[in-house]
Amino acid sequence: MTGWLRFTPIVLLVLIVAAMLWRLANPPDTTVHSQMIGKRIPQFVLAAAVPGVQGLSSTQLADGKPKLVHFFASWCVPCIGEAPVLDELKKQGLTVEGIAIRDRPDELAQFLARNGDPFDRIGSDPESKTQLAFGSSGVPETFVVDGRGVIRLQHIGAIEAEEIPAIKAAAEQAR
Amino acid sequence: MTAETGLAALWLAAALSLLQLALGFAPGMSKSGSAPIRAVAVLQGGLTLFAFAMLVLVFATTDLSVALVAENSHSAKPLLYKIAGTWGNHEGSMLLWVTVLGISGAALAIFSRRLEERTFVAALGAQGALALGFFIFLLFASNPFARLDPPALEGRGLNPILQDPGLAFHPPTLYLGYVGLSVAFSLAVGALVTGRVDRELARAMRPWVLGAWVFLTLGITAGSYWAYYDLGWGGWWFWDPVENASLMPWLAATALLHSLNVLASRESLRAWTIMLAMIAFSMSMVGTFLVRSGVLTSVHAFAVDPKRGVFLLILLAFYVGAALLLFALRSGRLSEGPEFELVSREAALVGNNLLLSVILGVVFIGTLYPLFVEALTGAKLSVGAPYFDAVVGPIALALMALITIGPLLNWRRDSGERLKRLIIPALLGLGAFIILLMAVPQDGLLAKLGFGFAVALFPASLLPLLARKLGRTPLTTYAMVLAHFGVATAVAGMSISSLTTSETLIAAKPGEIVSVGPWSIRFDSIRPIAGPNWTALEATLYATRGGAIETLKPQARFYTDPPTETTQSAILTTLTGQLYTVVGQQVGDRWQLRLWWKPMVTLIWLGGALIAIGGALALLGRAWRGWRKAGVR
Amino acid sequence: MIGKPKHQRLVLVVIALVAVLAAVLLAMWGLRDRAAYFYTPADIEAGKAQPGQSVRLGGMVEKGSVQRLSDGVTVRFVLTDGAAKVPVEFRGIVPDLFREGSGAIAEGSLGPGGTFDASNILAKHDERYMPPQMGNQSAEHQTAKTVAK
Repeated sequence: MTGWLRFTPIVLLVLIVAAMLWRLANPPDTTVHSQMIGKRIPQFVLAAAVPGVQGLSSTQLADGKPKLVHFFASWCVPCIGEAPVLDELKKQGLTVEGIAIRDRPDELAQFLARNGDPFDRIGSDPESKTQLAFGSSGVPETFVVDGRGVIRLQHIGAIEAEEIPAIKAAAEQAR
Repeated sequence: MTAETGLAALWLAAALSLLQLALGFAPGMSKSGSAPIRAVAVLQGGLTLFAFAMLVLVFATTDLSVALVAENSHSAKPLLYKIAGTWGNHEGSMLLWVTVLGISGAALAIFSRRLEERTFVAALGAQGALALGFFIFLLFASNPFARLDPPALEGRGLNPILQDPGLAFHPPTLYLGYVGLSVAFSLAVGALVTGRVDRELARAMRPWVLGAWVFLTLGITAGSYWAYYDLGWGGWWFWDPVENASLMPWLAATALLHSLNVLASRESLRAWTIMLAMIAFSMSMVGTFLVRSGVLTSVHAFAVDPKRGVFLLILLAFYVGAALLLFALRSGRLSEGPEFELVSREAALVGNNLLLSVILGVVFIGTLYPLFVEALTGAKLSVGAPYFDAVVGPIALALMALITIGPLLNWRRDSGERLKRLIIPALLGLGAFIILLMAVPQDGLLAKLGFGFAVALFPASLLPLLARKLGRTPLTTYAMVLAHFGVATAVAGMSISSLTTSETLIAAKPGEIVSVGPWSIRFDSIRPIAGPNWTALEATLYATRGGAIETLKPQARFYTDPPTETTQSAILTTLTGQLYTVVGQQVGDRWQLRLWWKPMVTLIWLGGALIAIGGALALLGRAWRGWRKAGVR
Repeated sequence: MIGKPKHQRLVLVVIALVAVLAAVLLAMWGLRDRAAYFYTPADIEAGKAQPGQSVRLGGMVEKGSVQRLSDGVTVRFVLTDGAAKVPVEFRGIVPDLFREGSGAIAEGSLGPGGTFDASNILAKHDERYMPPQMGNQSAEHQTAKTVAK
């Protein structure tokens, strides 16, 4: 009886190591995912966030063409690193609308001047009400909205360069 | 140049550890005796220590061309914290780990004289094997000496919250404990290879385990007190995964310590002792892995990328797996020791091992359970105090019962005669329990039982000294008495404070008087004050319970770089307990105050200190015995 | 235990097995009711949490929902995830990062009336996606500047 029993601690070790390896490959996801995927975008009318660029309203997002809605802020540091990716997405023909949360016009203008402005329109969401209504809980986040105004995809965090094809594909599918 | 010298020393030491491994296990090496491998081990340890000294130097002089210094230090830091910053990051603390590993091996090589030579050589080889793996990790995945080109203009590590003396010395104390257990592991491996598990091995292993255990006890006790006064919540143990990671080696080491006594006195429990020796250091390695891999989320954890986590996991799996395999293959050859009866000290110590192992098991399961559940079902859950208190508490009580009985039993067979002396302590304990049942009618059965057992254990722990010539009693007996007395002290503190703590949470205007427990506290004023790198709002409280008036000044502090808010609690320590005060936010013209009166809470840490002192006395007692024997020609 | 050493060894092995089994059974018993699941407001609305069961609830603190009661130490607010809302009540000193529009996790249980009774609040940075090398220093600085109006 003691024969095979002596090997059970090793079996236990293997199981525990397997669980650890799984966890290392799948880091804990502390993000809050939007419950709004597959649902129509909420109604909103946002004033212009920066002088010279139009504000954004929900009706403009249901005009038959799929769009990207990008939540950001001038104080959001990863947004700086993400700016070239948004420029590239715009170059590849996607429309990028921006919603700036809890921000000030002069600082936003500085941010855009320094990092580029790929946005067609930028709405101002000073109290994050629209952001919350989208089911977004942080910045930067990007939503793919189809032509009828239905949310099709939520991308949490900065979009990496390698993810551009995937975002483009999602926008294609959202016709 | 300093950094390069350090790095070169590390490479050399790594090569030496490979040599050490070869010398330990290559056949035919035994002809040369143990002198070569001793020399290699000492050299390896010395070089590693030198490398560590180089890293300390680089931090002390704020050499900003070293990436690690640029990341974690700052030229304006006080020297003490510059030095402590050496181990306040992943790479530096990993080097500290490896340094303690190397020095332990060197010390084993220098100081161990009485062990059979082949076992000793194999043990040093195992120590070399352990060092080699961690050197590879350090050199290839966590190089502390990496240069930054061009050098940084200023360091980025000026977080004032990390500039705390407790925080500075916490890691080295704990590492001396965790990594000191590596010697027990290596000796166990050596003994399995040669098959010589006997009292000689136990006597060789014991001082190392004792020493490591004393440091672990101190480290955990100090860590608990630091969290208590620094976090401002009044709690002293949170069952945080990283706290658990420090507790598990301690549990295994405590069981090992007691098992070693059986092996040394009676040559029994051979397989158990070997297994415990391997588990103890395995738990240390698991702890290191958990803190650095990101597998468990905790405020303690270093931010490390998963690739390093995988590397550490592989090292861990390899070492523990190899040890377990060796055990599976060789433990059958170990002859069993002389038999003992149900009522005997051996049996009591078996029970002790059993209970400690069960506690270790449930803590281990509770800590890893969320990980398993998420891997298998995707559900996220957390396991905290409700689970741990419920499962660990009752077992701890059973353990306390054993502590009262065990020391009074003879080896091999006891008639139970001396147990009659426990009648008075038992009655005292029962009395205390009944008084609490009546005085504190609400919940808290576990705490009440705990106090009952503690009251019984206070006199019971002294019983081994009864009817003995105190001058002729060995120091080790006094050590045991003190350590067990310390357990009673700590449990008494935990029970009383949990049953009788009063709390007041209130928003008060300056000038108001609030009360908590027997204390009457006047909230006199609140004013802004400033420190070297912080500003704060400091409340002035005048507290009295009929006698002298004491002043307390809790603060809500704001640091500027990085911008953070902390609460600085103000604590008044008296003979009967602590008054713990915290000030919160402003609400209109009032201020939030949170006040606790915690009777007897200091007994918790006093108990921990007594346990550690008991361990140190035991170490001293054995050393003294050794010197006296050596002196008698 | 009186008997031959071989018999004693068997007994010791059995005891070791008993220890392992006891630990596992004890752990299973303890985990059954005392492991706290993590839920979102949508989960609560869907009835996944039993009243009285110890759970953690995570979401965003709805802007305009924070009310401080007259005792000065009890706070009521609403946690939302965009789709559902849960009212929360907490008696204590809230952590400094706790703000409207920010993420928070409440530990506690669902009360009979549908309000979540929180025994502890953990507040999160709203700016969470920092590259690991940067730490969160500059983000906190910026957040403090813009949120303070």
